Amino acid sequence: MSTGSVDPAVSKRSKGFLIKIWHAINIPLAAVVLALLIGAIILLVSGANPIQAYVALFRGAFGSMTALGRTLEKATPLVFSGLAVAFAFKAGLFNIGAQGQLLFGAMIAAAIGFGIDGLPSIIHVPLALLGGALAGALYGAIPGALKVYTGAHEVITTIMLNYIAINITDYLASGPLKDTSSGNVLARTPEIMASAKIPSIANIPLGFVLAILMSILIWWILSRTTLGFDIRTVGLNPNAARYAGIKVAFTIILTMVLSGALAGMGGAVETQGVVGRFQPGFNIGLGFDGITIALLGKTSPLGVIPAAILIGAMKAGASQMQFDAGVAKEIVDVIQALMLFFVAADVIVRKVFRIRAAGEEEKITLSTGWGQQ
Amino acid sequence: MSETLALEVRNITKRFPGVLANDRVNFALKKGEIHALLGENGAGKSTLMNVIYGLYSPDEGEFFVDGQPAEIHNPHDAISAGIGMVHQHFMLVPVFSVAENIILGSEVTRATKLDLRTARREIRELSQQYGLDVDPRAIVEELPVGIQQRVEIVKALYRKAKILVLDEPTAVLTPQEVEGLFRVMRQLTERGVSIIFITHKLKEVLAVSDSITVMRRGQVVGTTTPAETDENGLAEMMVGREVLLEVEKGPAQPKEIVLEVKDLSVYDERQVEVVRQVSFDVRAGEILGIAGVQGNGQTELAEALTGLRAVLSGTIHLNGVVVPFENPRALTEAGVSHIPEDRQKHGLVLPYSIADNLVLSSYYKKPYAQNGRRNFQAVLGNSVELVEQFDVRTPGPQVPAGNLSGGNQQKVIVARELSRPVKLLIANQPTRGLDVGSIEYIHKQIIKERDAGAAVLLISAELDEIKSLADRIAVMFHGEIVAVVPVDAVSKSDLGLLMAGSELKKEPESVG
Repeated sequence: MSTGSVDPAVSKRSKGFLIKIWHAINIPLAAVVLALLIGAIILLVSGANPIQAYVALFRGAFGSMTALGRTLEKATPLVFSGLAVAFAFKAGLFNIGAQGQLLFGAMIAAAIGFGIDGLPSIIHVPLALLGGALAGALYGAIPGALKVYTGAHEVITTIMLNYIAINITDYLASGPLKDTSSGNVLARTPEIMASAKIPSIANIPLGFVLAILMSILIWWILSRTTLGFDIRTVGLNPNAARYAGIKVAFTIILTMVLSGALAGMGGAVETQGVVGRFQPGFNIGLGFDGITIALLGKTSPLGVIPAAILIGAMKAGASQMQFDAGVAKEIVDVIQALMLFFVAADVIVRKVFRIRAAGEEEKITLSTGWGQQ
Repeated sequence: MSETLALEVRNITKRFPGVLANDRVNFALKKGEIHALLGENGAGKSTLMNVIYGLYSPDEGEFFVDGQPAEIHNPHDAISAGIGMVHQHFMLVPVFSVAENIILGSEVTRATKLDLRTARREIRELSQQYGLDVDPRAIVEELPVGIQQRVEIVKALYRKAKILVLDEPTAVLTPQEVEGLFRVMRQLTERGVSIIFITHKLKEVLAVSDSITVMRRGQVVGTTTPAETDENGLAEMMVGREVLLEVEKGPAQPKEIVLEVKDLSVYDERQVEVVRQVSFDVRAGEILGIAGVQGNGQTELAEALTGLRAVLSGTIHLNGVVVPFENPRALTEAGVSHIPEDRQKHGLVLPYSIADNLVLSSYYKKPYAQNGRRNFQAVLGNSVELVEQFDVRTPGPQVPAGNLSGGNQQKVIVARELSRPVKLLIANQPTRGLDVGSIEYIHKQIIKERDAGAAVLLISAELDEIKSLADRIAVMFHGEIVAVVPVDAVSKSDLGLLMAGSELKKEPESVG
């Protein structure tokens, strides 16, 4: 038996570092380009100048330090929600519920922020952040437990839990925790104490720095620790995970708890760094955008950072575009939706740009069978 | 050139990235013959058949059907050229009736309504004409596997197939059912059907075929007939070297009882008791073989013994200690090694590297991890050693396990499970679907473990494997162990009868 010979079924593909990066970003990049092209066509049809519009969009997002600060501010909660969705993906879970988890995080952070007086910033800021994360974690644990103990699919339960979260936080903000200061008719909580606010330094929101640190932490957990190995094994092959002695049920719940904590922290950062209080309308959509961002970022904890900055930039630049080119802001939402569409239906993108299929672990399965564990 | 050829392919070449799956393959099928296509896994048999059936388009090559050039670009072309395929995994809808399954995709309709009555009549006529007994009204999931296979054959004939491709048709059958299939195959050829019979089982090839074509590494090695060759000759053609078909082993030296199972009952997913009051023991230094047709509770038994399935009642003792139920990790740490039935479902995480798969059940321990942090150096070092020691053919340990062939995937599992101290080895279908060379290797490893003093529980549907490896044989039927016998005390045909139990009468031999 010639020990040196090589299995013919193995196709030799020695990947350099750059090639690896290219494989990771080719589809999202192509999806963005396609979405912008179709956006341009829509702009043309509606009588606007797409070049002028896109230039304005870019200027509004990156044209000045203020613009850049605004972009990063918009990107901050998106990094968190994208990270939450991407992290759950690694365990094979599709967490549609980042929105609900984020809302509870934002709400509880606000409650801690205005409810406690006299704490120094160094304690008050992290306390509110952790409170928000904990709220999101508990709310994320529910669909995890439901999946493990009843077989209820997390996509269904998280969608439903989103509605519950939206309405409960709405109720709290317009009832028990309403801002009772004179003249206020809005559903919102009182403003949080200055000691709970997260500042910006030189236009860079500190919340964004925290988001980057969390991305790196999550990347490290997934790729370097045994916990990360547990989570990825459960995501890739739950049967083999059980065979290997991994506690699959526990891992699923833990993953949902951590995913919820990330989303909840995103809500807290939004409350403490941007809004300054809990006001329901301000948070809607941030969690849902997390799905787009996780997919654009190829469900990689580091990939969500550029994806979140991209979407954040589009949000930040939209007003400028409206002002300069006279196009409705909503075109930005259309382009964003197209990006998600092309990333999810990557077959189309591959056809258009002739990109070869990715390896197994890079593949993203958007849905598994109902009721499976 | 007096004999007419039903099908001929010339110079078929098919490349996949990095692999030449078919290299200028020539293959000629005479009218009315059974032509076996023999080769190891990865030799290119399946590729060739998928080319013939239009699932792959070849890079080069020509087709001739009945001596006429033919264009086959998709299964539709193949079906209209009279080629039918019976896949290894049946393509049947379990809850549909036989008739519904057969007409699926070529429904006879009257206006808009499905005309099942005509279909049933046609199917009855067809099955009589070819001597295949199927009831068009029966529900497929209620039929034995052998009959389901017959339904697949009728389905192909219903689409006017004159050339039948049978892909590993005997893998799921009992010895008796295999006999039945061979009779059907001969009857079909008498009625003018030509058959391509894909297999890697040498005995079957010699028993049933008129000619034999052997493939190796994408090329046709040669074409021969059963009269001109024997098992050893064929094995040598397949592998390219001399192969030991029977493992050499000395007599067993059984010592203390390692595994003791008492009155064990287990449910399957549907809460049906599929293992019923099973009791047996396995001693250190012996191999207990569990024989049985697939689906008689062996899978669930193995899963219960390895902590993957809840136990309904009964006890399992390992070295005299009660085994904690449903805790695979505790079992692993107690010295149980498990080669699972389905290597891709349980045994491997295909997207993971070989290195990660080799530590799948020890990744959390020193030296592979410390304080929850993985030590990649140690993982890699371990894999380099095991790849070498267990002869896994790969460019390197960082290659995803999914890129390996079945035999090498199985070697990765065997390497992982046998590289730690083994007290009890549970090997479930350890060589299913593997080529002769890999089977020889894995058999040797199992014997080695036995001789080193491990207790071995071997579960296999292959009677030959049980006969050649086991020291004692327990036959499982309908969830019960119907007999435990020393291997020398029982003939293969008796074992076959035991395996079929009383169910034998339920499936009348109405062929012919």
